Amino acid sequence: MITRFLLSNMDKRGYAFLVLVAAIGLLVPLANLLMPAGSPFHVSTATMSLWGKYLCYALLAISLDLVWGYCGILSLGHGAFFALGGYAMGMYLMRQIGSRGVYGNPVLPDFMVFLNWGELPWYWYGFSSFPFAMLMVLLVPGLLAFVFGWFAFRSRVTGVYLSIITQALTYALLLAFFRNDMGFGGNNGLTDFKDILGFNVQAQGTRAALFAMTCTMLIAGFLIARGIVGSKLGKVVIAIRDAESRTRFLGYRVDRFKLFVFTVSACMAGVAGALYVPQVGIINPSEFAPANSIETVIWVAVGGRGSLVGAALGAVVVNWAKTMFTSGFMAPYWLFALGALFVFVTLFMPKGILGTVQGWWEKRRKPEALPAADPAPAE
Amino acid sequence: MRILPSLLRTLALAMTLAFAPAIVFAQSADDAFARLNADSFSDTARAIDILVQSAHPNAAVIIEALADGRLLAGGGAVAVKTKEGSFLDARTGQALAAPPAGLNPVRLNNNVRRVIQGALGGLGLINPDPAKRVAAAEAVFRARDVSVLPVLEAAIAKETNDRARRALREAQAAILIAKTDAPPFDRIAAVDVLRERGDQDALATLRALPGDATPGLKEAQARAISDIEGKLALWRAGQNLWYGLSLGSVLLLAAIGLAITFGVMGVINMAHGEMVMLGAYTTFVVQELIRAHAPVLFDWSLAIALPAAFVVAGAVGIAIERGVIRFLYGRPLETLLATWGISLILQQAVRTAFGPTNREVGAPSFMSGAFELGGLAITWNRLWIIVFAALVFLALLAILKLTPMGLQMRAVTQNRRMASAMGIRTGRIDALTFGLGSGVAGLAGVALSQIDNVSPNLGQSYIIDSFMVVVFGGVGNLWGTLISAMSLGVANKLLEPYAGAVLGKIALLVFIILFIQKRPRGLFALKGRAVEA
Repeated sequence: MITRFLLSNMDKRGYAFLVLVAAIGLLVPLANLLMPAGSPFHVSTATMSLWGKYLCYALLAISLDLVWGYCGILSLGHGAFFALGGYAMGMYLMRQIGSRGVYGNPVLPDFMVFLNWGELPWYWYGFSSFPFAMLMVLLVPGLLAFVFGWFAFRSRVTGVYLSIITQALTYALLLAFFRNDMGFGGNNGLTDFKDILGFNVQAQGTRAALFAMTCTMLIAGFLIARGIVGSKLGKVVIAIRDAESRTRFLGYRVDRFKLFVFTVSACMAGVAGALYVPQVGIINPSEFAPANSIETVIWVAVGGRGSLVGAALGAVVVNWAKTMFTSGFMAPYWLFALGALFVFVTLFMPKGILGTVQGWWEKRRKPEALPAADPAPAE
Repeated sequence: MRILPSLLRTLALAMTLAFAPAIVFAQSADDAFARLNADSFSDTARAIDILVQSAHPNAAVIIEALADGRLLAGGGAVAVKTKEGSFLDARTGQALAAPPAGLNPVRLNNNVRRVIQGALGGLGLINPDPAKRVAAAEAVFRARDVSVLPVLEAAIAKETNDRARRALREAQAAILIAKTDAPPFDRIAAVDVLRERGDQDALATLRALPGDATPGLKEAQARAISDIEGKLALWRAGQNLWYGLSLGSVLLLAAIGLAITFGVMGVINMAHGEMVMLGAYTTFVVQELIRAHAPVLFDWSLAIALPAAFVVAGAVGIAIERGVIRFLYGRPLETLLATWGISLILQQAVRTAFGPTNREVGAPSFMSGAFELGGLAITWNRLWIIVFAALVFLALLAILKLTPMGLQMRAVTQNRRMASAMGIRTGRIDALTFGLGSGVAGLAGVALSQIDNVSPNLGQSYIIDSFMVVVFGGVGNLWGTLISAMSLGVANKLLEPYAGAVLGKIALLVFIILFIQKRPRGLFALKGRAVEA
């Protein structure tokens, strides 16, 4: 039944995406570990980590597409859930350092010793256990999304107002995590990680395993999102996106559907953050910056809003372009390019790369068909 | 506290001519000159007191020279070496032909220096200028030199200026309260005088009460201290309120343009902060031009920058509306993204043109400095910004209420389709509104250039706060924006002393998030079916 839930309504594009990610998840680590450094098939560890980062972003983009593309909730605070998941993972990694820190304190992380803290704050308890930390990766963003969504959707905050308060949410968290008193390392965040599950985070094998894990989670996230979207619940969610009031008048509890999707999406973003941190090696409050969350929105818009494959594709393409741009002589022009991308995509490619390509394809196959009129929302 | 030398010379003269008869001659001036020859610190200190009390015509010159180490004594003679290097006979003030031989500078220690300070203060007490007498009284208040007391009392008896008399009385009280052999009744009265004064200095003086105090005095002191502390707390609250109003007016300036565009067009302009930044950079450019070509006009630079900033930001705003936003009607979320992209481009453009570092924008003379109002310290630039915000607010109100364009804007805000049906060209109104909103943001930039760093990130730091103001105040109502900006500003500054700057801000953000749940359309929401759509 679960298989049916996950694979129902899977289209060709979805299968292609799954096969591609699975292949990358299998082949890239193998190419990294087994091929000798001189071989043309060798993938360096740095490249692999970089692509691991892109794939984490892809998972984040899928989670955002789930709420924005399918439910019409433009969250400008998804970076907050991503960062919270990252911090949960970071806390586990900090506790694994043990007495190998600069100050050699077996219990307290370095920054707490530096701030003259006597003992571990209560909210750090349990993070030495991996299962607990992983539970928190899901629970903390999920709970925040649940509480936030509970209030926001019940009182029917929609549209621009909702976007603004999600932005306020991530901004408030940004300010809070910058504070040293919060006990999350303040400005510097959490870094200098040593081990994950007893393996050295820096080691090539661990990196390869993390990469494979990221691909697995991306597949899982895609399947879950696909399953939700393809189910009967998904139809209601799409109906909410297209005509919220009408759906409500038909007797659906709009707020509950929204809350469900929003919470699931936040958990997914949390997982993406948790996978991001060990591969990048640091988590700091700047991940909460409102600009990051808006950038995530543009990945989805570039790839194709309302298409999960498109969202993932957009995240990878934009971030790959960012790396290309910012590492060369073009670095000062990256913001011009990014800004132009925002304007161009919203003006000329409202369906993103995937939607546009698909449009061409269909036009070529059925040139005589009339273009479907874009149905205006009934509200 | 040093009194100006030029002032000293006049006052020495004034003292002899006008007030000398009132001063009791304790010892003759000759005694003072003998003591100056004795080369002992205690004698020197006593000599200063005698000179002051005997109102010797040269007292000011002598004491001033002593303070600077220019007073020479030896063999019964005392001479003053002037700053120009010539020599005077201290007794007569006559110039000496040749530098006297065998004279050595009179030495000083800290005690003597303190006595000199008090004496110079005491001499200032009888200056003809009331403001100088007040300054001298303040000096005595701080020095608390008992030897000045007789001069002080004489000065009080003569004083006709109310302000000076109060200052003199406070100085007297400061001395009396520490004087253990003064009558207890006088000391209690002194406590009252200090309580009246009621500032930090009075508090410090009261706290320094010697341990010999009688129970009555102690009680008066405790009462006075708690009184003053209460009063100071009130002033502090007043100061925070002032800071809050100042922050509120900054928020108002930054947000009011956004409120207009959001109200009329229903779109959030993420590039609004960059319009503020453009205004600030326009100010910078205008000032650079003035510095290069017409430095005389520098005090007018802001006045010249205002229309320039309005035009620059307004033109960019209209360009954005015509070039991008117009194609995105009915899609507010897409507009938000597109304007965010524009904000990135504008930021990077400014960074490329002016560099990433902060640019220096000068303050015209009328905006620098500060003054005190009661217990409030008020800086001129903050005051001017409040005034400016009020003017901008009133001007916008007038535009909206009194001009045909304002009427049309309000009509479009209330019901776009109906307005269009009535023959209003909504597209034109949109462009003009956007231009107006952006122009006002440019004006805000001119004001903010005076209190904030002019950097490419200037707009970013205000954009979220501006959103909060607009969302909290509700749309389509300028008064809502005003109340929202002021209450957020004041609440922020009143929270700061208790929660710290960051926690206070977080608390406000959380408050607004919760508030939106309760009133999804802000404090003053437009009512009607059309608004729901």
